[in-house]
Parts: sequence; C-alpha cells; structure tokens
Amino acid sequence: MSIGYLVFVESRGGQLRKASLEALSEAKRKSAGESVTALLIGSGVKALAESAGKYGADKVLVADSATFADYSTEAYADALVAAVKACSPRFVFAAHTAMARDFVPRVAARLDAPCVADVMELRSEGQNLLPVRPMYSGKCLGVYEINADLAFITLRPNIFALEEAGGSATVEDLAVTANDIKAKVADVQASQGNKVELSEASIIVSGGRGIKGPENWPVLQSLCDALGAALGASRAVVDAGWIDHQYQVGQTGKTVSPQLYIACGISGAIQHLAGMSSSKVIVAINKDPDAPIFKHATYGLVGDVLEIVPKLTEEVRKLHEHN
Amino acid sequence: MKIAVCVKAVPDTETKIALAADKKNIDFAGVRFIASPYDEFAIEEALKSKEKLGGETTVFSLGGAECTDVLRDALARGIDSAVHLNDADFAGLDTLSTAKVLAAAIKDGGFDAVFVGHTGSGGDNSQVPSMLAELLGWAQTTMVVKFETDGKTFKAEREIEGAHEIVEGNLPVVISAQKGLNEPRYPGIKGVMAARRKEIAVKDATALGVKGTVGGDKIKVKIKEMLLPPERPQGKKLEGDADTQVKQLVSLLRSEAHVL
Repeated sequence: MSIGYLVFVESRGGQLRKASLEALSEAKRKSAGESVTALLIGSGVKALAESAGKYGADKVLVADSATFADYSTEAYADALVAAVKACSPRFVFAAHTAMARDFVPRVAARLDAPCVADVMELRSEGQNLLPVRPMYSGKCLGVYEINADLAFITLRPNIFALEEAGGSATVEDLAVTANDIKAKVADVQASQGNKVELSEASIIVSGGRGIKGPENWPVLQSLCDALGAALGASRAVVDAGWIDHQYQVGQTGKTVSPQLYIACGISGAIQHLAGMSSSKVIVAINKDPDAPIFKHATYGLVGDVLEIVPKLTEEVRKLHEHN
Repeated sequence: MKIAVCVKAVPDTETKIALAADKKNIDFAGVRFIASPYDEFAIEEALKSKEKLGGETTVFSLGGAECTDVLRDALARGIDSAVHLNDADFAGLDTLSTAKVLAAAIKDGGFDAVFVGHTGSGGDNSQVPSMLAELLGWAQTTMVVKFETDGKTFKAEREIEGAHEIVEGNLPVVISAQKGLNEPRYPGIKGVMAARRKEIAVKDATALGVKGTVGGDKIKVKIKEMLLPPERPQGKKLEGDADTQVKQLVSLLRSEAHVL
C-alpha cells in the first residue's frame, strides 16, 4: 500500500536548494498526516539532513557516499529508486531543476510510473492530487489526472511557499548500490552570468531590441545590481548574438514567474509573453506606445529605455540608502 | 555511426492558442505544424556527427498525418531515412507511453546514439529523452549545448543553473539538445526535391510489438481539463516626462504592488 510523500531535496555548494525546500513545504501542506520523507543525495550531505526537518520532513533518508560527489544520472537514479522502495510513497516530489529534469523521468520509467513536470499548482481531489501545469510555454494550462499508485511530480521553483512548519526529523542512512554508471560529470564550469538563476530570481530585468545594441547591457546590469535582480533577454537579441542563450526568456528560452519583471525595450512577441506572463508584477518600458507588451503590463512607461533605466536605477539606489 | 533522431510535430510557436470545445486539448483548426524547435538542433547534430564519422541517420516521428511534412523536412536537410510511428492507439499518449513506442522502434536498429530536442514545444514535459534512455538501457545527457564523439565515447556539455556540466561516457547514448548546440542548416532545393521522392516507412503498434501495452487504460496521466491563463487586470500607463514616470513607478512598486 502506497502512502505518504517522498521529496528529493537537492543540495549544491553545501546548502539545500530553496526550490527543493519549497517542494518539501508543499508536500507537508498536502500530506494531511501522511508521512513526509526527504531524500538527500551527495557526498558529505548528512550534515544538512537536520534542516530538512524544519521544512516538514518526518524522516530524512541520506545517500551519502563518494559515489555521489559528482553527478551521474544512473547513480542518482539508483538512489531515488532505493528511497522509493524504502518508503513506498504515493507521490515523489522534486523541484523542477536541471538535475531533477535529467534523472527523475528516468526513475519514473524504471518504476513504470507516470511523471508530471513543472507543476505550478496542486489541487486536491479526495485522496488524489490534480497537478496544474503550463503548456505551450504558458499560453494555456493543463489540469492533470493521475491514474497510478505512484507518481512523480516536479514543482516549478518560486511558486510554492517556503514554510518552516516542521520540527525535527529522524535521519537514516540509505544503502545504495550504484554499479552501472554509464556517464558522469567530469567537470563543472561556472557560467559567467547571473548570480541568481533566472528561473529562481524574484526580480528580473530583461532587455530587447530597444536597448539598441549589446554595448548597452551595462545600463540594464546596473539596474539589476541595484535591485538584486537577474538579467534576462528577448529571443530577438539572443538570435542577433547580443547575448548568450542562457539569458533568454520565453518559448525556446526559460519560463519565469518572478515577483517583478521589468521588460526594457521588448515589444512583446507571443513567444516572449508566453514565458513571463505569470510574473506577479510586470513593468514595461518601451518607446512605442502601441507595443503589445503594454497590454500585459501592470505599469507601462512610454519612452527611451536608455533614458528611463538609468533614472530608475538612481531612484532605487536612493530608496535603498534611505532604508 | 548509426544515428537516430526523434522529431515531434508541434503547432508553430507563433500560434495563438484557443481551446477545443471539450477543453481537453487545444483547437487545432488552422494550426500549422512544425518540427519542435529543439528537434532542429537534434537533426543538425546527427548530420554533423555523420559528416565527421560516416554512417547513417534515421528520423522517427510519432503522431498522425501532421508528422509527414516534418519527416520530409528532416529528409530534405540530409537525414537518410524516415519512419512514421502511426497508430490510432497512439492518440493522447502520456510521456511514458511515448518513450515506450520510441524505444520499441529504436532498440533493435543497431543505433549508437539518439538525438532529440530537450523538450517538445507544447507539452513542455522534458521527460521523453530520459525515459527513452532508461528503456533502452543507455547513457543519457540532457540539455546539451556541446557534443563530441569518436564513435565509442562521448563528451557532452549540459546547461544547468548558473553552470555547465561536462559529462563523459560511453556510447550508446541519448542526447537531448538545448538551443546553442549548433546552427541548424536550412534544406536546399536539391534536398527538398530528393526528399519528395523518398519513401517514408510507416510502423503501427503491431509492427512495433507494443499493441496493448501503450494507450487506452495504460495511459497513467491525462489531461482532465485545459484552461487559458487568467486575464491580467488592466494595467496603468504612467504619464509625464521620464523623471515623473520613474518617480511614480517607484512609488507604485513600493506602496501599491509591494515588490520593492
């Protein structure tokens, strides 16, 4: 009999990832007394286990071994399979990150279980969960029905509230034999780019054709620095070679849902709107008063980006000095 | 090197989405189908690998009549042969069933690598590449922006949050393509003409040996209802010169929107 929740909690640089703790918080909210088990995988991650209790785990399974020091799809998949066998959950949650996207579907296939990815809302219907997720890059939403005893669900970062609702958790070692590793990470190279990952940033400042040329990125970067925001870009400027694809927001780029999205010189092509229209507050700055972006903006400013953005940066700096 | 490419026919990304009457799908009336944008990088990488190491390339597409043009387009770009996986049982498959059909089509073909887009535009599930690798028992690397192989081993660079991972392993492998992997070529006139004359093989559930194992009650997750995103409330256009607008904006972001 499957019961309870298992949450894969990802760690990086000796810290549990916020997006994973959001998934754990959501599992606790949905559990209604059913058990919530967290799974940590890595080398030297046992020290982090206790803090998982704070976010709702009753029990933390730890797969802590040198095997997991570098990421490999197979070893991480083996650990998750072992955890599922150890606690027979109904639902396995993970944050929708690059790592989970890589190995969670592989585990689902091994256990012949369904997977629902990038979920933005979990509705309850009796004992079952109805995941709601964006399709067509957010142009529409799908409410899904699960017909299985075990299902894998990945949750979009920045959507589910982080909540310290738990107490202390019991910590158990999980024995995993990972012996068929076909490929593994040999090196990790930090990208030169945002300190805050786009899909997890609470404020994003994005630039399009209206910034006139790649030489003007520093104008937007200054505003990012003042706000603690991540920098984004439209497809037009990525395709023009003004900036790397990792910054692209929209269909064929990243879908984002920050608290505040500031679109600078972006006209608002349907592919771009699809990727950012679930942002809480949208500010559009564009010299064309008829640009489609204004239909979606909470606040619209008509004017030259290169004139307005430095003034905005200045005002934000002043605000922070006063506080 | 024997290479498979999986391509999904999806609505053009320009499409304005409307819902079908039963709200279980989108309204396909007037929708133009294209190869999912990331699949174009997969096709290109297959062609580049063949150019370097020799061998042959086969493109697979699962779906109905909408797949034909997409398969022809892949042939026109230089893929050697095309297989259309088409059966009434394949309607509304979930990701796991989709991977099962693809695995059945690929497993006995003697392939060294599968290239596929990291996500199919529309469903946006990003699951099939990993599931396919598991069902084949192969290595995988997803969201790949750089790929090298000597025909026995591979080295792939994948995009993760704020970093790139360099993955090394042995073939066979499933590689899911991210934008940036390469610059896809466009089909030339000669390619288009040649593609028209090529035959597209069609395989159904029986031919693939998956009859009764996918589709129908084997679908474990399905759409109960589709919704359009909630309309955003009418916004405010700020007035005045740049200084006035900026001061007004900062004040609204603080006291009205509470995001500063």
